[in-house]
Amino acid sequence: METKEILPKMPKSWNPASKPHKFCPGCGHGLVLKALGQVIDELNIQDRVVFGCDIGCSLLSWDFFNVDTVQTHHGRTTPVMVGIKRANPELITIAYMGDGGGYAIGSQHLVNAANRNDIITAILVNNTVYAMTGGQMAPTTMPDQKTETTPYGRDIKETGYPMLGPEMVAAIAHEGAYVARGSIAKFRQLKTFIKKAIENQMAGRGFSFVEALSTCPTNWRTNAEKTWDFVENIMPQYFPIGEYKVPGGKEE
Amino acid sequence: MGSKPIEGERKVFMTGNEAVAWAALAAGADIMYGYPITPQNEIMQYWTRLGPKYNKKFLQTEDELSAGFTTIGGVLAGRRAFTATAGPGNVLMQEPMSMAEAMRIPTVVVIQQRGGPSTATVIYSQQEVTLTCFGGNGEGLRVVYSTSSHQDLYDYTIKAFNTAWKYRFPTFVLSDGYQAKMRESVVIYDPEARGIQMVPTEPFLGKAGTPGEDRPAAHLRNTYNIEEELLEVLSKDIEEYERVAPEIIEYDAYNTENADLLVIAHGVVFRSAAMAVKDLAGQGYKIGYFRPITLRPFPKEQLRQAAQQAKQLLVVESAYGQLLKIVQDNLYGLNVPIKTLLRPGVGITPEEIAEKAKALLAGKEA
Repeated sequence: METKEILPKMPKSWNPASKPHKFCPGCGHGLVLKALGQVIDELNIQDRVVFGCDIGCSLLSWDFFNVDTVQTHHGRTTPVMVGIKRANPELITIAYMGDGGGYAIGSQHLVNAANRNDIITAILVNNTVYAMTGGQMAPTTMPDQKTETTPYGRDIKETGYPMLGPEMVAAIAHEGAYVARGSIAKFRQLKTFIKKAIENQMAGRGFSFVEALSTCPTNWRTNAEKTWDFVENIMPQYFPIGEYKVPGGKEE
Repeated sequence: MGSKPIEGERKVFMTGNEAVAWAALAAGADIMYGYPITPQNEIMQYWTRLGPKYNKKFLQTEDELSAGFTTIGGVLAGRRAFTATAGPGNVLMQEPMSMAEAMRIPTVVVIQQRGGPSTATVIYSQQEVTLTCFGGNGEGLRVVYSTSSHQDLYDYTIKAFNTAWKYRFPTFVLSDGYQAKMRESVVIYDPEARGIQMVPTEPFLGKAGTPGEDRPAAHLRNTYNIEEELLEVLSKDIEEYERVAPEIIEYDAYNTENADLLVIAHGVVFRSAAMAVKDLAGQGYKIGYFRPITLRPFPKEQLRQAAQQAKQLLVVESAYGQLLKIVQDNLYGLNVPIKTLLRPGVGITPEEIAEKAKALLAGKEA
């Protein structure tokens, strides 16, 4: 019997040689990278994009695209992308990181790149845990959420509150910056935010930042239904979705 | 605007930090990234005054981690990029430089050593030898030039860019606070006028053409799935480092033939050592010196050659045995007594070295 392989429709900018990708089943990274891939295709910028990925699960995207890519250290993708952009402003630099990389170990880089209004795009995937290291508490772990280092639930009196990244970046960013929080549960909107963030860089207006609410069923220890419920319904209660800063001031 | 910063050559009287800024300009460096720390600050200060006249860029970062990683970014974009730091900044700099080492990224870093450990003094020491040669969670696959004069600072800053881009190992110019802040005469020149060709740079990322269509995409990484995968990459890097080491190694030696005492020193301490040794040799003592200019890779065979003819060795440094450890490691198996003059974090005068040398030559000190 003849078997025919039916390939799913992939963005042109994806690297087919590294597919199927290496993220866990149910992980949200694939959807964020799908949105990004479609945006790269639609803007026809595959030859100008430099993609930088952090340490943590995001590193698994080091050969995800057919775009020039560098995998850096934990939290250090932002400065590497800043360094590239400063040296060659023709390139479109995209820093891809998790919540630990952006909000904890690399928070000084995020804050200062935002304040300097560096013309780069940072995409941060918020799945509320350190996933690659086995599910420890992240800066974004929700109140009462159980993780490997908060086995009785995150006590905000002891450990502080989840980091509100886009709110913080919007508060310190300047005119020309673009800041939004999307969710893989609202794919089209997330894609729009990513597209606007990259267009903002291409227009040379300022720092662009998108946080994407995402899933980690492996470390959440949730089934499909509970996983989706958490990202679609629970997370936005603490992490409201929308645009936080838009050049000209017309947030959606 | 846009013309050469230095035509031909000229003799000037300036600080070491100023000499570094001029050398980077003359070498065609495109961009500097840096974070303030004493005693390297004036490198940034001169660069930001001189640079804009020649379309050179500068970014003052939020810390030395960022200074190192943005420098990596500049190099990945295909530019001659550099940074400078010292002390605790050098500690932070080791994280980005370990990435540069892992990925063979030709970064250039100028280190102006200050006292340690910790914040200690902002003035002077030779205590960043171990850190600069072997810092980071790696094998020390880097090039470290130890300068002893402003002329060295100028010459080796230019050379550092060429060494880095030719061999693709992170390259360090290791100097100190005395050299950074003191003024002395130095000849600054256009490298081309001296027949020095700058090694061309090329982008690692953002090359012409669409990846996946016109060319393969660059997928640069420093993380591996399995142990053997890492070993394969590392073995190749180590083999290459050892193969090119003889081309990179530099040293200076004097009066080493059958010396009763061979003084070993590097950096600014070497200047005191050379003065003391030449003075004593003039008085008829059989005394010589050996100065490693590259601390990584180290001139092992050359030192062994000199050391095995000597009756005893004297290692002198402004640290408590950092050069000493390297010397001992490289002389392993030779049966020559090694004596020391170790003064961590303070300068050493020719008189102090001469006094110690005379005592050793007279057999008065064990």
